Amino acid sequence: MRPEDARSEALTDEQIAPGDIADSTGVDAASIAADSVAAVATAVRTPWSEFGRKFKKQHVAVVAAWFVVALGLLALAAPWLVPYDAENFFDYDSLNALPSAKHWFGVDPLGRDIFSRILMGSRISLMAGFVSVAVGAIVGTALGLVAGYYESWADRIIMRICDVLFAFPGILLAIGIVAILGGGMFNVIIAVAIFSIPTFARLVRGNTLVLKHLTYVEAAKSIGASDWTIVLRHIFPGTIAAVVVYFSLRIGTSIITAASLSFIGMGAQPPTPEWGAMLNEARADMLTSPHVALFPSLAIFFTVLAFNLLGDGLRDALDPKIEQR
Amino acid sequence: MLQYLLKRLLGLIPTLALVGVLVFLFVHLLPGDPARLAAGPDATPETVALVRQDLGLDKSLPEQFVRFVGGVVRGDFGRSLRSKRPVSTEIGERFAPTFWLTVWSMVWSVAFGMAIGVISAVWRNRWPDRLGMTLAVSGISFPAFALGMVLMQIFSVQLNWLPTVGADTWRHYILPSVTLGAAVAAIMARFTRSSFVDILQEDYVRTARAKGLPESRVIAKHGLRNALIPVVTMMGLQFGFLLGGSIVVEVVFNWPGMGRLLVDSVDARDYPVIQGLVLLFSLEFVLINLIVDVLYAVINPTIRYR
Repeated sequence: MRPEDARSEALTDEQIAPGDIADSTGVDAASIAADSVAAVATAVRTPWSEFGRKFKKQHVAVVAAWFVVALGLLALAAPWLVPYDAENFFDYDSLNALPSAKHWFGVDPLGRDIFSRILMGSRISLMAGFVSVAVGAIVGTALGLVAGYYESWADRIIMRICDVLFAFPGILLAIGIVAILGGGMFNVIIAVAIFSIPTFARLVRGNTLVLKHLTYVEAAKSIGASDWTIVLRHIFPGTIAAVVVYFSLRIGTSIITAASLSFIGMGAQPPTPEWGAMLNEARADMLTSPHVALFPSLAIFFTVLAFNLLGDGLRDALDPKIEQR
Repeated sequence: MLQYLLKRLLGLIPTLALVGVLVFLFVHLLPGDPARLAAGPDATPETVALVRQDLGLDKSLPEQFVRFVGGVVRGDFGRSLRSKRPVSTEIGERFAPTFWLTVWSMVWSVAFGMAIGVISAVWRNRWPDRLGMTLAVSGISFPAFALGMVLMQIFSVQLNWLPTVGADTWRHYILPSVTLGAAVAAIMARFTRSSFVDILQEDYVRTARAKGLPESRVIAKHGLRNALIPVVTMMGLQFGFLLGGSIVVEVVFNWPGMGRLLVDSVDARDYPVIQGLVLLFSLEFVLINLIVDVLYAVINPTIRYR
């Protein structure tokens, strides 16, 4: 871990305090501090090295992290890796064929290679999960910071909107949004993003309410730092840990939500190889060829499982209380 | 206590009002002209104008809103565009199957989830814990619709033990409620475990052990009671998950409930039914959360005086 990352990405409040205060005095103390830290990097426990040390102990989460990385690379390279065209190649000689050397995951009732479709589908599912949660996290974090820092009317309005969004159980909000915007994967991503905003807003607001009363924030305020500086440089870094953990756990949920919407016919439409849409198509032929449904199910399961295990591991590594367990 | 209940009820009003506004505006957010939607694709401009007048869509938005709220209060959501029957009748027929499906899912998922959670906490970091938590993390990672298809394939098609679709007898409820409840059971298991692990480290548990109580009594009397408090709150939140999840599960099992009605209505752009269902789903969710909060206040008196 590079020690200079420690200050900007600091995870717990006590650890950011010294560097930040030096920073806001206007002196370029950060680089000096970073150099001196670098000199004794092995002796000093920076938040990053501390996090790395704890995370590496979570063997399951490390495996999950590598799995996620591998999946991401596979998805990126999918167009060059697929043995057959996912949508337009039809092998009429082996309809409904079981897995073989030629077709690793078998063939669906239309003659398409399931392996190729799963591989291309990973691009859609990963992107849907990642983009929607990223948008939700960015907007939600911004709203949460504003609500928690200023309280007053901004807080009331933002939290009231969150309450209203929370009043629609689960996937219902996403269905409502898709009903307005129309079907299709792009609209599903928007719907899932909106669905994620209130959770992040509440999470970050809660953290902000605690952080803004800490001594180092008061110190920054007393030397005349602007609200902007305080929120972005002193409070925001303190909320990152919670947001990162939630980000990972939320990607799993979002992949399932997006696949569910496609499954009930509101998201990606056939012949798009989206995993939920593939399962919906496979439903008609469950009796004759259950293997067509098996592989998309497993693909969703392992992907979501990896993100959930990664999120659990991140939480355990970032939570200062966890040591005793 | 009564004061607390009143305070909570009053606090719901702004949220419900905003939900109402959103559901009302839903029609106007839909692409296209709602009168044209209601009149059908082949209607002449004159018919569309008549339908517009009939539905009150020619009036100003505030007037329409008053009309909408008036209807909702009387339980009148208008008529379905597809079947031409009143929305309240359409939904009324579908309410019971969804309600019982969510209730049964909740019952068994809480029972199993808490049992797994307690076992995992008591045998922490040993094999029962590892097995329980592996099951739990798998439960939250397996999408309900895929689980439903797998269960149907195994128990209905291969083994022929249970019926596949429909909601006629209790045997029809088994697979859908297991499918719907699996994720909730998993979440309850994880939550109960962490709550229980915290409790087992409390001083009063050590005292109970120190005075020589058998471990089973320590767990049942001193641990369980206190660990249940946060679990009750969690139940309320999970009910929302069940209501939302029922939509997908009902599609898998062709269940004659509100979820499938919603999916069919969205497909057919039958907006009066969508409005009624969305309103009912959120009202049910908000009320259940209220009940849970009140229960929580009954269990834990400190909440009432905040």
